[in-house]
Amino acid sequence: MKNFFAQKSFLEWLRNGLLLAAILTGSGLAIGRLWSPHMLPARAMTPSANESVEGISRVVTQLNEAFAEEWRKQGLQPAAPAPMLAVARRLSLALTGTVPSVQEIRSLEAQPEGEQLQWWISRLLPDRRYSDYFAERFARAFVGVEDGPFIVYRRRRLVDWMSDALSANRPYDQMVRDLIDAKGVWTTHPEVNFVTATVVPEKGPDKAKLAARVSRAFLGVRIDCVECHDGKLGSTWKQRDFHQLASFFGQTENSLGGVQDNPKLQYEYRFLKKKETETVPAVVPWDPELMPQDGAARERLAKWVTAPGNRPFARAIVNRVWALMFNKPLVTPVDSIPLEGPFPPALEILANDFTAHGSDLRRLIRVIATTQVFQLDSRPANPDPAATAETDAHWASFPMTRLRSDQVAGSVVQASSLTTLDAETHIIYRLKRLIDTGGFLKRYGDSGEDEFGSQSGTIPQRLLMMNGEVVQGHVQPNPVFNASARIATLAPDDASAVETAYLAVFSRRPTPEETAYFTGKLQGTADQRGEAMADLYWTLMNSTEFSWNH
Amino acid sequence: MKPNHDPFNPCGSSDHFSRRTLLKSLGVAGMSWLTPLADLLAVEAEQTKKGLPARSVILLWMAGAPSQLDTFDPHPGSKISGGLGSIPTAIKGVNFAPAMEQTASVMQDVSLIRSMVSLEGDHERAFYNIKTGYRPNPTLVHPSIGAIICHELPDAKIEIPTHVSILPNQWPGRGGFFGAEYDAFQIGDPDQPVPDVRAPVAGSRLENRLEGLSVVENAFARGRRSDLDLKTLHQATMSKARRLMTSDQLKAFDVSQVPTAERKAYGDTPFGRGCLAAVRLIEAGVRCVEVTLDGWDTHANNLEGQAKQAAILDPAFATLIRELKQRGLLEHTIVVCGGEFGRTPTINVVGGRDHWPTGFSMLVAGGGFAGGRIVGETDPTGEKKDPANPVRVEDLHTTVPHLLGLDHTKEIMTPVGRPIALSEGKVISELES
Repeated sequence: MKNFFAQKSFLEWLRNGLLLAAILTGSGLAIGRLWSPHMLPARAMTPSANESVEGISRVVTQLNEAFAEEWRKQGLQPAAPAPMLAVARRLSLALTGTVPSVQEIRSLEAQPEGEQLQWWISRLLPDRRYSDYFAERFARAFVGVEDGPFIVYRRRRLVDWMSDALSANRPYDQMVRDLIDAKGVWTTHPEVNFVTATVVPEKGPDKAKLAARVSRAFLGVRIDCVECHDGKLGSTWKQRDFHQLASFFGQTENSLGGVQDNPKLQYEYRFLKKKETETVPAVVPWDPELMPQDGAARERLAKWVTAPGNRPFARAIVNRVWALMFNKPLVTPVDSIPLEGPFPPALEILANDFTAHGSDLRRLIRVIATTQVFQLDSRPANPDPAATAETDAHWASFPMTRLRSDQVAGSVVQASSLTTLDAETHIIYRLKRLIDTGGFLKRYGDSGEDEFGSQSGTIPQRLLMMNGEVVQGHVQPNPVFNASARIATLAPDDASAVETAYLAVFSRRPTPEETAYFTGKLQGTADQRGEAMADLYWTLMNSTEFSWNH
Repeated sequence: MKPNHDPFNPCGSSDHFSRRTLLKSLGVAGMSWLTPLADLLAVEAEQTKKGLPARSVILLWMAGAPSQLDTFDPHPGSKISGGLGSIPTAIKGVNFAPAMEQTASVMQDVSLIRSMVSLEGDHERAFYNIKTGYRPNPTLVHPSIGAIICHELPDAKIEIPTHVSILPNQWPGRGGFFGAEYDAFQIGDPDQPVPDVRAPVAGSRLENRLEGLSVVENAFARGRRSDLDLKTLHQATMSKARRLMTSDQLKAFDVSQVPTAERKAYGDTPFGRGCLAAVRLIEAGVRCVEVTLDGWDTHANNLEGQAKQAAILDPAFATLIRELKQRGLLEHTIVVCGGEFGRTPTINVVGGRDHWPTGFSMLVAGGGFAGGRIVGETDPTGEKKDPANPVRVEDLHTTVPHLLGLDHTKEIMTPVGRPIALSEGKVISELES
């Protein structure tokens, strides 16, 4: 516990230091402009040809028709279109892990109607927050969340490498090939950490773990279920299938020179009920004709996994990106898509499109975000509880899901600032954000590797939101850091104070009832205005609306 | 099929927290759901199982894996002993390593398994195995034993979490497929206050905050399914959190008021205080408390490392048993103490012992476990890998629910649509009292 105290006092010291530095450097932002809708430069990149509205319109129509057909068949009426700000919120949560800032909302609303969604996508995709956030999400599937083997594994470097790749919009198949066939030292070749994450001391890279990662993360198939025995419960996988896949890593070793392939090594395994260990050949579990004949084992595997004809590869990433966008995959669990189907029509349409357009992740994201289904209201057309299961199953309304801990933490921090906290934000604010979110995730409950499992809400989460330091620190009247205090001081009147708080925390405007209620609370608070705003912030952050995606 | 759990009251009674109660407690006009009303708790007599005395469980996890040779299964004079002697215990003919002196003196109330076998030799996998009774499975996350007990034996009288993990390492007891609401409630050194239970503002400001919340919730619910909170459980969970914040039972966590002499008896270490808090929590009615003592993974300097850990464990364990007995709690409380596996008979080049999942030791006591008995035997030469009369991890996981009066063969439908038994081992009948 000594450490705890030491850490705490250090954090407090740092926080105070930052506060002072912020005041001295005059970095308090001129947020007066935020009350007007036309104050900040809009930064959005022109999308590539692959991403242009014309370029994606055909596949978007195809997807819309596929869902419409399904709703017709099921006799379901889709939900109404969601308000633009609701779509902006879910997109921001999906791509950056936070709610949009008031600054962003103002800029968005300054765009011509009808162009706002595409503008918003173009604003978010080039943002470093997107590549950092998606890199972390991918890393969870590719290498897990643990720190892993000491020294030889640098998770951070791998995440940064992926973030760079996403930022440059490198084709996804190239990224995956680099990971599977990575060679060199973990520090200078960050992609090598995909292999070294599995290193067992004195034994080297864990071949079975690597095969499991490849099969689940890149192919959406859980062949690792047959690591110890042949498939059960209808599975036709054999134990041999898995170990033949693992055998592609049979020559991979890790030494002082880093990860490399040693042709002298072979993969050996003793199968269940066999007395002897045997050498297992490297054989892919399906479509062997897609694999090149020549080359080292890992290189051939990398090419086979990412071959355009290898459908499970495209399906796996489409299902994962869909899951990241909706907080719910098309096929559940996200890494277990039956090889022979049946496939939801959207999965096939998107997988085809992904392969046909050079494994372009940004195009995939833009296509998904542009579909009707992504823009549906989360309020179903038929709110009868008996009908909701069908509605949910067929995506006839936007699914309501619990936000993950990282999204809640990110939103608490972002909502307490009126301006956008991104890569260009002053270092002091970014530092504070990092300090604030670290402990929060652990206490709120990190979702771990399986980010789309149905997480239930817990008492510690509610305690943390009601009473914890992070929320308290972000709602209290602190004029340097907190939006609540700035709004209290700068908002021209009570109604705009309430509205700004709603935009910052909920990304929507208050209903007339809410405006009436909360302006009533602010009225005549005079000296206590800061506290009254803090109370409003607390209330909004402790609501269902704040901790759910909708 | 009856649902596996009552989502409103995961560790409370499923009998009297009906939807009607919830709706009533949500109150259309009033904000009664925001107030931790005592009447949310229907006060009903706890259903006790006749003839099967165990009510609760204390799990002492020796994380990192203790060396059986340096604790409960020494082989003095042999080449695998590491030069360590031994001391007699309260069980005739059974000796412990010298560091376990106090524990040796309470063995009339404790039994020892010297032949635990696990199929897992990696910390994370083995920990999963020893906490759930199942091996890691890519398609399913199994609940830990504490979550199973809370799920199967709800108790409405308890306002504090009934599954508690003190000083957890990175793998605290989990709800698994029962859901995160069955996860253990985690606290650190009981010297520190329970985190986040104190409201940062009080009085009218707190009332203001909560009142505003009902306005916001109403706006959000409009146009959505009428049973929205049944899906989100947001308000229900908040009610329970509020109930916890104002509960008198919270005092059980606070060991600062305990007389110094009593605290010192446990060794006055974080783990010792954890054991002290465990006794108090069990007394308050908590179902399962786990206390973790990390640091047993002595791949180097085994002798020194094990002795250091043993010095922490010994007074804490012995005092825990004595206290439970003195307070009349031992007969209702199962105590299990051990690691995820043991350590090798051979000593490596840096004086360490490595992982050894066959033939490690576990202590069991109370709640229907007999005292003074011993099961299994390891080879004094260390050459034979398999111990005599082996006890598998799943056997321990079958015996504990059995002593709690649960039918361990009961099948539970998992989210993947596959029924699974509470546990798949056999009862260690020679350890039943």
